[in-house]
Amino acid sequence: MNLTELTSRLPEGSVLTAREDLLPYAFDGTAALKQMPAAVVFPRNAEDVAAVLRFADEQNAPVVTRGSGTGLSGGSVPVKNGIVLCTLRMDKVLEVDTRNLAMMVEPGVLTKVIDEEAAKHGLFYPPDPSSMKVSTIGGNVANNSGGLRGLKYGVTRDYVMGLEAVIPDGEIVWLGSKCVKDVAGYNLRDLFIGSEGTLGVITRILLKLVPRPKAKRTLLATYSDIERAAETVSAVIEAKIIPCTMEFLDRMTIRCVEDFAHVGLPTDCEALLFMETDGHPAVVEEEAAAMAEIARKYGAKEVTLAADEAQALQLATARRSAFAALARIKPTTILEDATVPRSELARMVRFCEETGKKHGLQLASFGHMGDGNLHPTFLTNEKDTEEMHRVEQAMSEIFDFAISLGGTITGEHGVGLAKRDFLPRQFDPGSYALLSKVKASLDPKGLLNPGKIFPVQG
Amino acid sequence: MSETTGIANQASSPLSLKGMDYSVLQQCMHCGMCLPTCPTYDTTRLERNSPRGRIAWMRAIADGEMSVDKAFADEMYYCLGCLACTTACPAGVDYPTLFEAARADIEQAEAAGHGQRDFWRWLAVKTLFMRPRLLRFVGRVLRLYQWTNTDVFFRKIGLMRLAPARLRELEPQTPRVCAKFSHQLIEPEEKPTGESRYRVGLLTGCVQDLAFSDINRDTADVLLANGCAVVTPPVQSCCGSLHAHNGELELARELARRNLDLFDLDSLDAVITNAGGCGSHLKHYAKLLDGDVKYRDRAHAWDKKCKDIHEWLVEIGISPPKGGLAEQAVTYHESCHLCHGQKVKAQPRELLRAIPGLEFVELPESDWCCGSAGIYNITQPEQAGKLQHRKVEHISKTGAVCVATANPGCHLQLVNGLREQGLTVEVRHPISLLAEAYRRSG
Ligand SMILES: Cc1cc2nc3c(=O)[nH]c(=O)nc-3n(C[C@H](O)[C@H](O)[C@H](O)COP(=O)(O)OP(=O)(O)OC[C@H]3O[C@@H](n4cnc5c(N)ncnc54)[C@H](O)[C@@H]3O)c2cc1C
Ligand code: SF4
Ligand code: SF4
Repeated sequence: MNLTELTSRLPEGSVLTAREDLLPYAFDGTAALKQMPAAVVFPRNAEDVAAVLRFADEQNAPVVTRGSGTGLSGGSVPVKNGIVLCTLRMDKVLEVDTRNLAMMVEPGVLTKVIDEEAAKHGLFYPPDPSSMKVSTIGGNVANNSGGLRGLKYGVTRDYVMGLEAVIPDGEIVWLGSKCVKDVAGYNLRDLFIGSEGTLGVITRILLKLVPRPKAKRTLLATYSDIERAAETVSAVIEAKIIPCTMEFLDRMTIRCVEDFAHVGLPTDCEALLFMETDGHPAVVEEEAAAMAEIARKYGAKEVTLAADEAQALQLATARRSAFAALARIKPTTILEDATVPRSELARMVRFCEETGKKHGLQLASFGHMGDGNLHPTFLTNEKDTEEMHRVEQAMSEIFDFAISLGGTITGEHGVGLAKRDFLPRQFDPGSYALLSKVKASLDPKGLLNPGKIFPVQG
Repeated sequence: MSETTGIANQASSPLSLKGMDYSVLQQCMHCGMCLPTCPTYDTTRLERNSPRGRIAWMRAIADGEMSVDKAFADEMYYCLGCLACTTACPAGVDYPTLFEAARADIEQAEAAGHGQRDFWRWLAVKTLFMRPRLLRFVGRVLRLYQWTNTDVFFRKIGLMRLAPARLRELEPQTPRVCAKFSHQLIEPEEKPTGESRYRVGLLTGCVQDLAFSDINRDTADVLLANGCAVVTPPVQSCCGSLHAHNGELELARELARRNLDLFDLDSLDAVITNAGGCGSHLKHYAKLLDGDVKYRDRAHAWDKKCKDIHEWLVEIGISPPKGGLAEQAVTYHESCHLCHGQKVKAQPRELLRAIPGLEFVELPESDWCCGSAGIYNITQPEQAGKLQHRKVEHISKTGAVCVATANPGCHLQLVNGLREQGLTVEVRHPISLLAEAYRRSG
């Protein structure tokens, strides 16, 4: 690849090529995956992106798009000697439209900034991945990220009204509109949501906002076993209450989180439910009381209500640290996000536990219980090849079981590199072939994020 | 048996990235949760200037994929060592150890290059801060120079123009040296008027002793007012933090030993430090002297007894001052090594709130580095200036007439920053405000 040529096509200071500059872009948030790129470029706008993609097309160079590199499926791990296209310099909030409840942003804006911007206008951007202080909205859209509020508010997809993307030949396309109703042509916008950087580079996003809830109540319930926690979740929903958040943590996760955050989590229980309800103040009070009662009825050892906003925020922040806090135990933390229909959650949790034991592995679990999205996490050491082999074995069994329950191998982190080889198991051959066909027709040369979702062709 | 041999070996082989426990490097799972809290990453948005990037680089060195070269040295000296990343890191990465190992490697390899930076390091690290009496002597001369207004005269006749560029820029920043040093203000042992509840040692620090000996007096006064007998050896050594952070671990060890020899630990309930930067180093003598069979146990005892003044006062419970200060809004800037290094966050605020008349206002980004960072403002003036500016901006917006801070480096950085912006906000140590309130209690 002619790097001088690439550098000359972009404004000064847009390209990194020194080894030490590239090194920290060799990985994302995923354990044990690493690859050195040849260059990292920082486009400032869609035209710069188009210039990079045209260059890549001419030179047959692979391009991996990257936001903040917090992904957990290896989605932004570079391709050897390829280009990393980092969106962090496209970080402007372009418009907040309070009449249409919409916001136009560039892809490098951080998720947290979007919600803060919305809050200035009394509005709310609900998707809140635990990484929201760091992750970019472009990464969220490309992975269709979830968060803690999925049960009531849905995921990133539910808040994207339109987007601009640059496709592999350098063409800039706009898909979607500010209209709540819009059925003109194929819904290609949705094709790009969750496309993991394999179809195009997203360069602008039109987001939907909702009115900011006026009140919120946070509850903690502790249990002596995970089943009771799962039963509580089902019972709450059966009682026609849709809380915004129902998160669970197992004993090991609780311990690690408390070790980091010192927020006074009870460390003497097997499972902890972290629940939040938001909305109109009167309704919130009523629902919180009902949830507490249901939790007690289903065997919670203790139920506590957060005293105030500050404490609620502290608890939520602690919960958001769960994954990284687990790294305290062992050098390598391998997190999965197998997801099942809510009704099967308790079975799934039990299966994960047994599988971990069977293979002699240390396993911690936490996750979004309200939406069936579980995070069984292996605590291991990547240097121990024998143990890593057992981890792979256990993972494979967990995926198969999730699929057999009508679930999916990934609820929110994406397929990327990490789950690519398991993808065919979830689709029948015809459906999988259709997926590949879409990729081939949009990116015939296979230059955008090759090796992710699908193995490299040929 | 084998354990002792191992430790003894460790003492003879200096801390290095390649030699250290690999799991410390592996602890970083590159989640990125530290990125938004890192001031250098915030400035450049480049991963190499982030904790995650720096750790990856260190790991590549340990793995033999990269070498300790000039570029690495530049990066590690661009890092402020502010430790904001350790507070943010859920995985519990031990960044202080990695940071010290990296800088030790750099000094070992002499990768940082020579020239001006070297001169400053030599002057500060190897000479002045190793010799307390010499430091005081230099302080004397500096004081004479400032007091006789020779500085103004020199500046007027343009003599300063002859000095090297860095020195010229720095010259107006040098602290006003106090008329008296700590040992002239504090008796070797002072007893409270009533019954002694505790007996504590007082560390007077280097810069604190030179520029802020009155803060040391205030600290002694507040301790006395709360029933503590105060033992203050007149000639004290530097704590060694400057040395450890600049890759000179052997010198740091020597200073630690001197301090351990200076205090009779058994007779003391605590050893008190009032400078955030020193405290965060002082509390880890055990790790520093891990390989020293003779001093190891004493270092352990020392670490347990070494307390930041705010931490200690809240622990023993203070008698609330009856007298107050004139009604005034006061804000608080957190020294990095007090809040991130020692995790002492609530206590200074609690003490300030206990002062009648004082209206406490929170400072936005109170735990964001002010750019002082040891000798960082000398070695990296540009980045230091940016952070200083940002800090002063926040302070001016609070409307406070006084900003409290508990570290001499921050103190000077704020005084200079506020002066440059033409602001009249006063800078005080929280303990000085408290001491004043006690004095007014009569
Ligand atoms: C501690 C931690 C907690 C997390 N919690 C959650 C959680 O609760 N829920 C959740 O869903 N995820 C979570 N994640 C995963 C991760 O944060 C999300 O997937 C996030 O959306 C990634 O954003 P990013 O900016 O870091 O993207 P990256 O990791 O840089 O990229 C992710 C993918 O998107 C592609 N991409 C990025 N930007 C663009 C663009 N502009 N155009 C096209 N493709 C693009 C990349 O090629 C890659 O395939 C967590 C991660 C961590 C480390
Ligand atoms: S230092 Fe900690 S917070 Fe930062 S990337 Fe590493 S593990 Fe994550
Ligand atoms: S010590 Fe401060 S400057 Fe250095 S990596 Fe950590 S947060 Fe960044």
